[in-house]
Amino acid sequence: MSEQPQVPPAEFSSYYGRPILKVTRWREPHLPAYLFLGELSGAAAVLGVAAGLTRRPGLVRAGRLVAAAAAAGGAAFLTAELGRPERFLHMLRVAKPTSPMSMGSWILVSHSGLTSAAAASDLTGLLGPLGTAAAVASAITGSLLAAYPGVLLADTAVPAWHSSYRELPLLFAGGALTAAAAAGLVAGALTGDPASLGPAQRLALVGAALEGGAELALERRSDIAAEPYQEGDGARLLRYARIATISGAVTALAARRSRPAALAAAALLAGGGICAKFAVHRAGIASAKDPKYVVATQQSHSPPTRR
Amino acid sequence: MAECHPVAFQWVVEAKKRGATIIHVDPRFTRTSALATFHVPSRVGGDIVLLGALVNHVLSGRHEFTEYVRAYTNAADILPLDFHDTEDSDGLFSGYDPVSRTYDNSSWQPTGERDLTLTDPRCVFQVLKRHFARYTPELVERVCGISQADFGRLADTLVRCSGREQTTAWVYAVGWTQHTTGVQHIRTAAILQLLLGNMGRPGGGILALRGHASIQGSTDIPTLFDLLPGYLPMPRREDQSLDAYLARLPNTGFWGNKLSYLASLMKAWFGDAATAANDFCLSSLPRLSGDHGTYRTVLDMIEGKVKGYFLWGQNPAVGSAGGRLQRLALAKLDWLVVRDLALIESATFWQDSPEVATGELATDQIGTEVFFLPAAAHVEKAGSFTNTQRMLQWHYKALEPPGDARSDLWFAYHLGKRIRAAVASSPEPRDALLQNLTWDYNESGELAEPDAEAVLREVNGRGPDGSLLSGFAQLKPDGSTACGNWIYSGCFAGGVNQTARRKPQSEQSWVAPEWGWAWPANRRILYNRASADPEGRPWSEAKAYIWWNEAKGEWTGHDVPDIEKNKSPDYIPPDGAVGPAALAGSDPFIMQRDGKGALFVPSGLKDGPLPTHYEPAESLVRNDAYKQDKSPVSILYPKAEATFEQLSGDTITFPYIFTTYRLTEHHTAGGMSRTLSRLAELQPELFCEVSPALAAERGLENGGWATIVTARAAIEARVLVTRRVRPLRLADGAVVHQVGLPYHWGSQGLVTGDVVNDLLPFALDPNVFIQESKVATCDIQPGRRPRGPALTGLVRSYRERAGLDDEWPGGRDDE
Amino acid sequence: MTSNRLYGPLDDVSGDAGYVAGHPQRVGFFTDTSVCIGCKACEVACKEWNGLPDPEADALVLTGMSYDNTAELGANSWRHVAFIEQAVPAASAPALSALSRDAEGELIISASVGDTDDGGSATRWLMASDVCKHCTHAACLDVCPTGALVRTEFGTVIVQPDVCNGCAYCVSACPFGVIDRREGDGRAWKCTMCYDRLRGGLEPACAKACPTDSIQFGPLSELRETAQARLAELHAAGVPEARLYGDDPDDGVGGTGAFFLLLDEPAVYGLPPDPVVTTRDLPAMWRWAGIAAGVLAAGVAVAFTGRAGRAGRP
Repeated sequence: MSEQPQVPPAEFSSYYGRPILKVTRWREPHLPAYLFLGELSGAAAVLGVAAGLTRRPGLVRAGRLVAAAAAAGGAAFLTAELGRPERFLHMLRVAKPTSPMSMGSWILVSHSGLTSAAAASDLTGLLGPLGTAAAVASAITGSLLAAYPGVLLADTAVPAWHSSYRELPLLFAGGALTAAAAAGLVAGALTGDPASLGPAQRLALVGAALEGGAELALERRSDIAAEPYQEGDGARLLRYARIATISGAVTALAARRSRPAALAAAALLAGGGICAKFAVHRAGIASAKDPKYVVATQQSHSPPTRR
Repeated sequence: MAECHPVAFQWVVEAKKRGATIIHVDPRFTRTSALATFHVPSRVGGDIVLLGALVNHVLSGRHEFTEYVRAYTNAADILPLDFHDTEDSDGLFSGYDPVSRTYDNSSWQPTGERDLTLTDPRCVFQVLKRHFARYTPELVERVCGISQADFGRLADTLVRCSGREQTTAWVYAVGWTQHTTGVQHIRTAAILQLLLGNMGRPGGGILALRGHASIQGSTDIPTLFDLLPGYLPMPRREDQSLDAYLARLPNTGFWGNKLSYLASLMKAWFGDAATAANDFCLSSLPRLSGDHGTYRTVLDMIEGKVKGYFLWGQNPAVGSAGGRLQRLALAKLDWLVVRDLALIESATFWQDSPEVATGELATDQIGTEVFFLPAAAHVEKAGSFTNTQRMLQWHYKALEPPGDARSDLWFAYHLGKRIRAAVASSPEPRDALLQNLTWDYNESGELAEPDAEAVLREVNGRGPDGSLLSGFAQLKPDGSTACGNWIYSGCFAGGVNQTARRKPQSEQSWVAPEWGWAWPANRRILYNRASADPEGRPWSEAKAYIWWNEAKGEWTGHDVPDIEKNKSPDYIPPDGAVGPAALAGSDPFIMQRDGKGALFVPSGLKDGPLPTHYEPAESLVRNDAYKQDKSPVSILYPKAEATFEQLSGDTITFPYIFTTYRLTEHHTAGGMSRTLSRLAELQPELFCEVSPALAAERGLENGGWATIVTARAAIEARVLVTRRVRPLRLADGAVVHQVGLPYHWGSQGLVTGDVVNDLLPFALDPNVFIQESKVATCDIQPGRRPRGPALTGLVRSYRERAGLDDEWPGGRDDE
Repeated sequence: MTSNRLYGPLDDVSGDAGYVAGHPQRVGFFTDTSVCIGCKACEVACKEWNGLPDPEADALVLTGMSYDNTAELGANSWRHVAFIEQAVPAASAPALSALSRDAEGELIISASVGDTDDGGSATRWLMASDVCKHCTHAACLDVCPTGALVRTEFGTVIVQPDVCNGCAYCVSACPFGVIDRREGDGRAWKCTMCYDRLRGGLEPACAKACPTDSIQFGPLSELRETAQARLAELHAAGVPEARLYGDDPDDGVGGTGAFFLLLDEPAVYGLPPDPVVTTRDLPAMWRWAGIAAGVLAAGVAVAFTGRAGRAGRP
């Protein structure tokens, strides 16, 4: 488990204990859902392509369908999160490298288009080569879509997010792998196609290792900005996430023998991923609410230290 | 000052940036204290002790400006043998009649002899020394709770910053006057400033920070019951002739021209009807038969003696002391006219006053017919403001008033027209006054708005040929000139609205005489003759202001000299001279009978020729200075819950004192701020300010509720626990806790709250009838107050505990 | 993209944003809190000029935070006057002992007053009018995905309400907690430094209304000189705690367009001690995101390779 931070409680003043920062307007479940669906879609797209290359048609279809559906769902949550949802297309007025949300919007829109095309092609059987090309392209947008939210959150003044710009992309990439594993497990379980289950099992193991590793890294940081991952809601949810993810990966080992096990593993993996997204959201809120994170981080005048 | 006059306070900040020392004396630590060099917390009601000790510090340390005092004050006057100071009779002056609670001031009149060595034991200077000798730093510590060290710092700074090269100004907001000894507070400051040579000189003076809404103007052209324009007294019942009336004013100095002022006023009002033969219609004016002040009138209303009442921009249901009595009085009228910007509590008392909630009033049994007439705001009409430095500034109409709103001028003028039409053919002699009024201002626009400049021209005055006068020196006693207010004469000189001048500071001298117009004669500092020595030379280069130019034989300088332009400094009046000619060329205080600054006031004050400390009407302690505890002549109304004498010293039932005040965010009784969202949100709730120690003692929580109870009322307020309010330790080691209460809230507007002024008694200063609203005693308890009849019960229970056996409504018999 | 587009001193913010030579010089606010009297005229003038919405009726409650009932900058409050009550060592002789009576009427020492043990303490009441900082490197502007937030020709930062879609990214990006999304409206709002007034050659409403010149408006370079002089004056006058905040182009946001003279630590006023524009680290963030994307692809590859040949085996 995590060690106690070694930075002593900082002496700091505040204005009636009020937050220095505005607490994020991004809500639950919108933000965690968007993050989860984005990584699911991204990883599913990659999964679909990999399945195609390794000639697992059942998994190809699952990958393409899940990628398309999750992208659409993610976009819906993102739009619902806007203060002026009818102005979603304003996101495409500009392409702005300094704005991860601008980049992310372009990635999401491209990805949605590509995955929809790939899924449609797969379902209708029409324009197969074009569908495949779209799918291949969506593997690239998918990787980006899964990893970019780390930048989206880190490029803020929220101490728990900004200070975690190294860990968050890895956490989300790990989450993407486990989410894809969950999709594969479900697909395998439903279709009874063992060809789907093998990669899904391995994805679960790799993803769980990556996700768990990133979570551990957050928990073991010694700077005060990481405290919200070590105490409170964020820490609790992060712990649940890890338990679920690891249980899911272990359960997945029995997927070929047991359909319920496969489904349970998928649920645990997905649940772990979702839980981790909530954890990150809550940690961010906690760090923005309490002025000590801003003051202590900035008064130290040194970058966060880590062991 | 920063709280209530933030715009004017910019100059204090500017002075501080230039090195001025700013000292703030106030019970609370306010926004002013925050910017001051240092703050001296003081118990409310101890002002004369503090100021008196400063006088004593000056005199006993020989820090007075000797040449100034000898030449320009009445320090040398010899007092008669039968004058007895408070030192001689334990707090009373000679001439006191305990039955009528008044003084006969005949024993206060100087003999006419003077001792310029200031050593005669009967001269004013020596009497002053003895009078203030008991006002020591120890007494200050005992009475005011100010440490001797703090007092020393204050006194040393004052003395260091006064004299030939430097001057000190005293600046007060009108809370300083709202005491039973209010006038004497200002008097003590005046003595101090005269002793230190700080009057009539740049950077000196006593600066009253009066209300924003032309309150200075409302005493110059008065809304006061006992004054005519230009501080001419209102005639009294016993003034049976013009001569009898005039005899009440001095013959010497500039009051010597009194008939010119009065005759011109009457000509302005009554035109051809006012003649020398009929005493210029003076006898047709209403005459005073006694106290007709606002509080007496309220009691008369309760007794059914007053049938109708006009409220112009005034909200007594919230803004006046003893709100319950104010509302009960309004409920006894036949009719009430309220002119204001918004529906204020004085117009809605019949449905939402606390007395309706307690059952003391029943809406369907109130016979008062209330007329609410919306008023135009200042941007919706043209006119002048007279600000606190006597400066008139013209403002133009920016837009038409909305709906039925009309200017005060419109209302008064058209009401007058209708009344005059109604009595036009009346044979009644009493109606002659109305029939003879000159009431002919030109009207314009759809609303028939009278021309405000025409009124200003009338105020300025016209000569026999109808031309506008250039100043009051042109006024004649024979009825050949007309002038609505002699002190304002010259404000339209040359046919130019002088009050509308806006020449920027950068384009004129530092005195800025071409910005607006200041009465009298556009003079920016009154009595500025005192800025030069008796020979007419500036006391110092640094403080040069006006001086005598021998070569030209005239006074000159930065301002309009406050003396006849060609009166030589060595002019000695011949025997029997009257008017200004009766004053010497070295006499700066030209409105005084003798031209001298009054260290000792032989006449004009009802509570003594020298300031004397008395405890407030309600106090926790007895007078530490004299056996005489309270002001012997304060105005109390025994039937109006005037129970403070009994309450004083009751430190069990009412163990704390409270003071009331204003906040920057609101305006007086709130009618102009509670109705505006921008202001209302800044201070959304009534609160009381208490020290952490008092909060601990009573279990009060910051942000929670408290109930404050006096013998008059109980109100609830949010609690603000703040170290800006400090407990003060007095003589016997007792700690006095002060509760601070801003008084802006009522039942109407966007933000509402209980009426703080309900807590206050009717106790008045005898000179100007100002209520003692800055100090009284109370209890404070955590939690909200009871609702309905139980509220009356709570107050009654306190009254019973305090041993007050009287006719408090809602008493035992009522239940 | 040069590195100081994201971080570090920048001499010509408007030029950097694309305005051609000859654009107006950069303007700003210097708020000298040492002469602030807390009158809140700035708050009122701002709301009145900019037509900001009225508060909801249920928001009209006392905060209990000294005389501050505005509490914070936000979508509907673009100026906010902070009030801080402090105990400071008494400058003069020992102040009065703080005594009070207990239930039996005995005198007790009340430590809560704070005037007893330390030989006396005086009260200090700090007031400071806070506002959007109009940063040289403005995180809100950097992260805005729609281009709603723009740099003006005066070097200030404004939101274009017809463009903003309320994504609220700026809300989380601002290191000063200034900008916020308005309830019911859905868009982000903040101080515009009265862009409309600037265009008309007028100073911003708050500076115009400030009676004591605590809020000074002008060309930023001149204000920085004024501020240095005022600082020196205060230091010479025995106010060593006076300090400037936001005036340094080398700070984490490249210096602010609205900077302050403070009499205590920034955190006391609710200001971040040493804020850094979040986009300073953006290149590093993208690098890590790239790594993560690679790891993701690699992870999938690992999962599908090696055993792929066995896929068809029963």
